[in-house]
Amino acid sequence: MSNEAVLHGHSEVGAMHGLHDDHAGHHHKETFITKYVFSQDHKMICKQFIITGMIWAILGGLMSVIFRLQLGYPDSTFPILEDIFGRWAKGGKIQPQFYYALVTMHGTVLVFFVLTGGLSGTFANFLIPLQIGARDMASPFLNMLSYWFFFLASIVILSSLFVQTGPASGGWTVYPPLSALGDANEGSKIGMDLWISGMALFVVSSLLGGLNYISTILNMRTKGMSMTRMPLTMWALLFTAVLGVLSFPVLLSGLILLLFDRHAGTSFYLSDIFIASTHKALPNEGGSAILFQHLFWFLGHPEVYIIILPAMGLVSEVMSVNARKPIFGYMAMVGSMFAITILAFLVWAHHMFVTGLNPFLGSVFVLLTLLIAVPSAIKVFNWLTTLWKGNIRFTPAMLFAIGFVSLFISGGLTGIFLGNSTLDIPLHDTYFVIAHFHIVMGVSAFFGMFAGVYHWFPKMYGRYMNNLMGYIHFWVTLVGAYLIFWPMHYEGLAGMPRRYMDYRGWASFNQFEDLNRVISTVAMVVFAVQLMFVFNFFYSIFKGRKVTTQNPWGGTTLEWTTPIRPGHGNWPGEIPEVHRWAYDYSKDGRDFISQTEPIGSEESKH
Amino acid sequence: MSNFFVLLILLLGFLITFQIAKASEYVSVLKGEKKAFEQHNRVNGFLMMVFLVLGLIGVYWCNELLRGKILGEAASNHGKDIDRMLYITISITGVVFVATQILLFWFAFKFQYSEKRKSFYFPHDNRLEFFWTVIPAIALTILVGFGLMYWFRITGDAPKDALQIEITGKQFGWIFRYPGKDNVFGKKYYKDIDDGKSNSLGLVWDDPATHDDIVVNSEAYIVVNKPVKFIINSRDVIHDVGLPHFRMKMDAVPGTPTTMWLTPLYTTEEMKKKTNNPNFEYEIACDQMCGQGHFTMRGVLKVVTEEEFILWKAKQKTNYALAFPEKEMQASAVKDDASKAVAAVAVSKDALASSK
Repeated sequence: MSNEAVLHGHSEVGAMHGLHDDHAGHHHKETFITKYVFSQDHKMICKQFIITGMIWAILGGLMSVIFRLQLGYPDSTFPILEDIFGRWAKGGKIQPQFYYALVTMHGTVLVFFVLTGGLSGTFANFLIPLQIGARDMASPFLNMLSYWFFFLASIVILSSLFVQTGPASGGWTVYPPLSALGDANEGSKIGMDLWISGMALFVVSSLLGGLNYISTILNMRTKGMSMTRMPLTMWALLFTAVLGVLSFPVLLSGLILLLFDRHAGTSFYLSDIFIASTHKALPNEGGSAILFQHLFWFLGHPEVYIIILPAMGLVSEVMSVNARKPIFGYMAMVGSMFAITILAFLVWAHHMFVTGLNPFLGSVFVLLTLLIAVPSAIKVFNWLTTLWKGNIRFTPAMLFAIGFVSLFISGGLTGIFLGNSTLDIPLHDTYFVIAHFHIVMGVSAFFGMFAGVYHWFPKMYGRYMNNLMGYIHFWVTLVGAYLIFWPMHYEGLAGMPRRYMDYRGWASFNQFEDLNRVISTVAMVVFAVQLMFVFNFFYSIFKGRKVTTQNPWGGTTLEWTTPIRPGHGNWPGEIPEVHRWAYDYSKDGRDFISQTEPIGSEESKH
Repeated sequence: MSNFFVLLILLLGFLITFQIAKASEYVSVLKGEKKAFEQHNRVNGFLMMVFLVLGLIGVYWCNELLRGKILGEAASNHGKDIDRMLYITISITGVVFVATQILLFWFAFKFQYSEKRKSFYFPHDNRLEFFWTVIPAIALTILVGFGLMYWFRITGDAPKDALQIEITGKQFGWIFRYPGKDNVFGKKYYKDIDDGKSNSLGLVWDDPATHDDIVVNSEAYIVVNKPVKFIINSRDVIHDVGLPHFRMKMDAVPGTPTTMWLTPLYTTEEMKKKTNNPNFEYEIACDQMCGQGHFTMRGVLKVVTEEEFILWKAKQKTNYALAFPEKEMQASAVKDDASKAVAAVAVSKDALASSK
């Protein structure tokens, strides 16, 4: 990997030590283990997160390709699947238990392991110290633990794919009683225990990481870096961490109660249940299955902002740099992210309009939910104005940033349908919901992540990714995403329920057979193009064009003041002092003014 | 074998792309980085415009192609309200969608890099920001207003004369119960459930109110233009009574009964003509993941006229009679009822005919 990079960086740190002895020394001998495995360098931890995240993304994506095969070609058999999966795909047909396991794991993996762990883990680790001007995280050790708990969680979840009764298969929301009763569902046997254990480890990882990000941003900013001089990425990652720290424990508590119901005979979620497969009535009475949904969505809804806020931050930064313009309405951007963070905690029950929730309570949640559209609209208009009268460079990162805004608009607007309880009645749990959240938090968040990867790859590895492959990656993914998810809205309007593995028995939903085939085919093409991105990533680590200038994109922020391949400690000398905000692009006729430059006496005010 | 070929073709395609991508880097070195960048920028800027135009055409075309497939007109009173709400929302969000997407891609195209252009330093403008805080707020107020008006109408109490039907979900099917002549649902207790003894709901036989309750599986009858109130239960896990043609839906939660009411506007026969589909049925789809048979959990609601309903109901045996067939008395009483009902319907038909 960037062996020489680290060595190079270190020699610089060492050389400068004679001059500046005021910061912690890094003379300790690094072995392979401390440098690559149990590393405490935030940049290495970032790389660990992104590579683990990519492996998960490929697995999660592959799962969707397999179940899309079933949805698109329900009449065909695929003998190759039987060769690989054995009895799960008997006769080349995907079995229902396997189908539901795939759906469940696809959701779990992508929501938690890729778009939470992979996205926040990668960019919070990489950018926080570099952009606020710190040598590392507040606690590099906890930071390392955060990655290794994430890794352990991954292993536990992965192992559930290999147990005899299969992984959890009740949907990623694991609603009890289905998830509590092994007799009601094969996947709710040991697979569910592994799911809960894996998520518990994941929550630990997320808390260790989150607390670290918050304390680093609040306490370790360099001289002159006031909160309002921070780039928007920092604000986004700060709010994300706050959301995670406050909401993940609630999920964990909900899961612990579920564990008790499963094994200790308690009745938190269980009541009045007769299991047909065993002809037995369970002793549990008085529990509430809906209680779990309240606990789950108290995390589950903030979770979607945990996924989208970092993407918003990355996009704001990339867009401003490549439009050569300050981000429009910096304070409004911070304010709207703050509003989203607060509202994120007050809207969870909009996932539960049809559970028999008190209609008055439902109406309160309608109001609060649609309120979120206001800060979201402000952000969209501010991005549009940032592009207006810019001088736009279409780097692959910038393309993904623009694609993000397009998708965020499309997916955000359908949120106005679903957040309104009247419309949620027919649309709840249909393909409309699938289309909505895949566009607004799935593909959008991926676009934000791609923008970030293409933009900061030169900082991570000292090399560029291949541009042409980047362009192909972008255009195929953007077109593909719309082709896959746009028509799904119509399936949802027809009331076509999600999580059905076969629609042929239904007079109301079998009119979409051709459409399903088209969607499946496009999904496979888009998946193949993501593999090309992964190839581009790894190839460029070793063989990409080398970065020859310190500041290849002409950015104002602090990470571009470090050496091309920074060592542990980031700046060889003293940490630079900050004199201005992060968005002085094209000010007073100058292309950009770095944050480290003092304000000149002639300079115009904004 | 064909799998192998597909993989081979994919690999080949990938290798070619990779070689071209690699070559493009060398070309840009030869041409000069700046020139290559400007060329790429122009191509991507042009594609922005192409995407916008083709995308908007695609949206229109997709609508033409699929709008006939979304189940047509709503078939219940609430469904009509919901469809109205849908079109109000589509018209507001549709305008926003088209306008913002055009601005986005047009700006990207128009303000693409040019050596001559200087970016405009424009960090903020309070007036503009105020403007686009207030406009969305007003639009949303309208949507919330309409939404809640319909919401309270839909979730409000059912009319007093509504037909009452209990629906119970189980893995993987639906059980319906009618209260019988006394119009009272007898007591039930889940521990009394015994599928072998024809007591799938666990009716408590000690309660005489259960004796005339009628229990049927997978297919239930309701009356056109007459409000019907569903009392929804589950026997095992969470299910959901999804009625796509009525645009209605409600979860079935074990231990916590829920309710939903609506007035069906067209009989099944009328819908067969309306949709030109001789096999049309009002399907009940389970809309909450309930296990491996989730996708087979189908039920049917037959919407019929009042007379047909009376006739159908009269033919049904009570659950009590099915559970205790030895009790002849009960059975013959039912037969009596049936013949009386048939006679009653005949009379009312005559009456209808004469009134015409």
